[in-house]
Amino acid sequence: MSDPNPQELYSKMLDEAKAEVVSKEGKTRVLVGTATCGVSAGALKIKEDFEREIQEKGLDADVVEVGCIGHCYAEPMAVIAKPGFAPVCYGYLDDGLVHRLVEDFLDGDDPSYEYALAALERNDVFPTFEDFPRGAYEEKLILENCGYINASDIKSYIARDGYSALAKALTGKPEQVLDEVKAANLRGRGGAGFPAGIKWEACLNGGADEKYVICNADEGDPGAFMDRSILESDPHLVLEGMVLCAYAIGAQKGYLYIRAEYPRAVWHVQEAIDQARDRGLLGSSILGSEFDFDLEIFQGSGAFVCGEATALVNSMEGKMGMPESRPPRLASQGFRGKPTILNNVKTFAYVPFIINRGADWFKEIGTDDSPGTAVFSLVGKVTNTGLVEVPMGTTLRQLIYEVGDGLPNKKEFKAVQIGGPSGGCLPESALDVPIDFDSLHDAGAIMGSGGLVVMDEDDCMVAVARYFLEFTQHESCGKCTFCRLGTKHMLDILNDITRGEGDAETLGLLKELAEDVRDGSLCNLGKTAPNPVLTTLEYFYDEYRAHIEEGRCPALVCRDLILYYIEPPKCSKLCNVCVGSCPTEAIFTREDGLKEIDQEKCVKCANCLKACPPEYNAIIKLSPPLLPPEKEKKAK
Amino acid sequence: MQLKEGEKEQILSCVKDVLNKSSKKREDLIPILQKVQAKLGYLPALAMEIISEGTGVSGADVYGLATFYNQFRLIPPGDHQIKVCLGTACYMVGGDITLESFERRMEIKEGETTSDRRYSLERVACVGCCTMAPVVVVDDEVEGKVTPTRVDGIMLALKNGNDQTKDKQDQEQEDGEQQ
Ligand SMILES: Cc1cc2nc3c(=O)[nH]c(=O)nc-3n(C[C@H](O)[C@H](O)[C@H](O)COP(=O)(O)O)c2cc1C
Ligand code: FES
Repeated sequence: MSDPNPQELYSKMLDEAKAEVVSKEGKTRVLVGTATCGVSAGALKIKEDFEREIQEKGLDADVVEVGCIGHCYAEPMAVIAKPGFAPVCYGYLDDGLVHRLVEDFLDGDDPSYEYALAALERNDVFPTFEDFPRGAYEEKLILENCGYINASDIKSYIARDGYSALAKALTGKPEQVLDEVKAANLRGRGGAGFPAGIKWEACLNGGADEKYVICNADEGDPGAFMDRSILESDPHLVLEGMVLCAYAIGAQKGYLYIRAEYPRAVWHVQEAIDQARDRGLLGSSILGSEFDFDLEIFQGSGAFVCGEATALVNSMEGKMGMPESRPPRLASQGFRGKPTILNNVKTFAYVPFIINRGADWFKEIGTDDSPGTAVFSLVGKVTNTGLVEVPMGTTLRQLIYEVGDGLPNKKEFKAVQIGGPSGGCLPESALDVPIDFDSLHDAGAIMGSGGLVVMDEDDCMVAVARYFLEFTQHESCGKCTFCRLGTKHMLDILNDITRGEGDAETLGLLKELAEDVRDGSLCNLGKTAPNPVLTTLEYFYDEYRAHIEEGRCPALVCRDLILYYIEPPKCSKLCNVCVGSCPTEAIFTREDGLKEIDQEKCVKCANCLKACPPEYNAIIKLSPPLLPPEKEKKAK
Repeated sequence: MQLKEGEKEQILSCVKDVLNKSSKKREDLIPILQKVQAKLGYLPALAMEIISEGTGVSGADVYGLATFYNQFRLIPPGDHQIKVCLGTACYMVGGDITLESFERRMEIKEGETTSDRRYSLERVACVGCCTMAPVVVVDDEVEGKVTPTRVDGIMLALKNGNDQTKDKQDQEQEDGEQQ
């Protein structure tokens, strides 16, 4: 008997998975988004509510956990798929709404469209997400399955043709995989945009009997969560990409280096590895072929610098995660001194698509030099926060105003921060920059791994620069003097500025130091640490000057330069909310019944400002030259 | 840090157990430290000494690793651990103010544990649900949109929870005595 070939084995697997999914879909299903974002908004309780109500009513419906659909602003969310109806997605769920949906839609036949966000399939009744204005800009590849499949069930992935790229590749030669990835010009999505194919080829030619494939899921950029979402929502996609890479370069062993702060991702990936191994998609003789490859998780321990390639390898070898100078590159001398491929989560996630649909198809998407899509986590002062995927070449303006639906509360746009601590802050004038590796770099920011934070008029750019510098200063591994001491010195200066101290020379010194740190550091942590400072100095110079020259924080953020003040004409004497909200008992009732803040005791926590009922809105922040009338202060 | 009664034995048996189950190679050092911390909640000096002996890695190196990586803690955590996110998204909407509110309520600084070892407070840089900013992690439960006023609510719930478990234990003890 001849050995079954990978395609045959896979077809059987696919048929089985499809049959099972079809039989499941014959029944009403409630898909609850339980990625970390959903869970933090209470999704697990929503799931219980559905289960309980369904049981109480004796209905025949399954409640399934799925990943993140990307519309995080509306969490907790669920999709109800009932035979005879297009699946409908509901957001902002609470127990009342769950009760309603179970009664009206699951038990009855009314999809309660008034509570729906969108349908997931085209129909004659209700619009889909693609019909939203943002639909014209979005193009989902690696996020395609996220929020639709059950991440804990490999069959859910297989039924959507998952692992078909692997079956296809295994029937051909390893070179074909490499050629396709090279031809597609797939650029690394972890920050620098280095072409994956070239790296893989170097590793293939690196000789050596042992080789390693490592997935960088350290995602250290504070304010980014794309990699987490993908691992929690569609882990097999990343595993399949890694197996394909291993096949192309001839590796037998791989690791996923996952960040310590992501317990749910670790758990989902472990589950996925076990299931893939059970089905012969990992381990020895994958899909009946002669190719062996296995995967393991290595948990990071919370050091930003370990996202850097050489530091990551050091940390896996049980050493301190300090970067090394290169070359030798990892592709020739990496983990355990052997040729190693390190790619980002998203880079691997594109590979199955490229193998299945071909390099030419991939190059049709995006721009000539940056083919494919870009995945961003859109956060901060933007209406539709969440996970978005757009073709490269989309402009920042389209991303923020069309996909993200602009800024909430009618606030004015001030800046967008891209690329985290290594990136920069771009102003309004740069919003028409197309998103691709090279254009962003030219504008002073970097693509980074895809964190995008929108800032409005209430955000102080000096404080933002200070924040990032504090982060990098804390995360500097201390190996390079410039990075260790230079960032410290810069932070001291920025601290002074946020207190209104400094003089005409301060900003010149800051810039000089920034350039020294950039030029005098070994790894990209130090080389890029000055970026937030340099870009804010370039684009928001006036804000720095206002701090230094006038002791004024224009955005009313820097606490040493502002104070809180209750406007007497607006204060209702009858209300006591602010007094109760103050943690330091700084607010008191004057003889005339109005409230006043004792500036000596005030810690500027903003509690009172948030507590003051909107109908009065009596509490404001002031920064020089506007200060409360001196008389008022002494009147008490 | 003074060890409580019985803690020394607990540390010894835990570390031995972890060491026995791993290959004691340098590469296993971080996973070993992670496992010990997962069981004990922190890395006591004693544990690091035994790990150093068991793996043949110098004590200074073990200590170096434990201090290099943010995840490791050298002092015992409280019964309830509170982590305040100060990632970019959370910081921008007042994560630092939330942290300060906790510091005031608990009367400790971030990175510390209350003297009765009930609560500890830490800062983290992004837990990956930035759309829910500001985010606080209370004993592994991620909670989004935490306002300074919610801080009081969280502390109260933990305190009541504590009292309830304590009440329950007392009750069980009483029941036991009655029988
Ligand atoms: C300080 C620092 C932190 C980094 N953090 C990450 C990270 O969290 N995730 C990531 O994929 N790459 C990170 N990188 C980039 C990696 O060094 C490396 O370029 C990348 O993982 C390669 O994968 P790619 O080619 O698929 O982008 C970081 C680099 C530096 C200098
Ligand atoms: S910044 Fe707080 S969760 Fe990401």
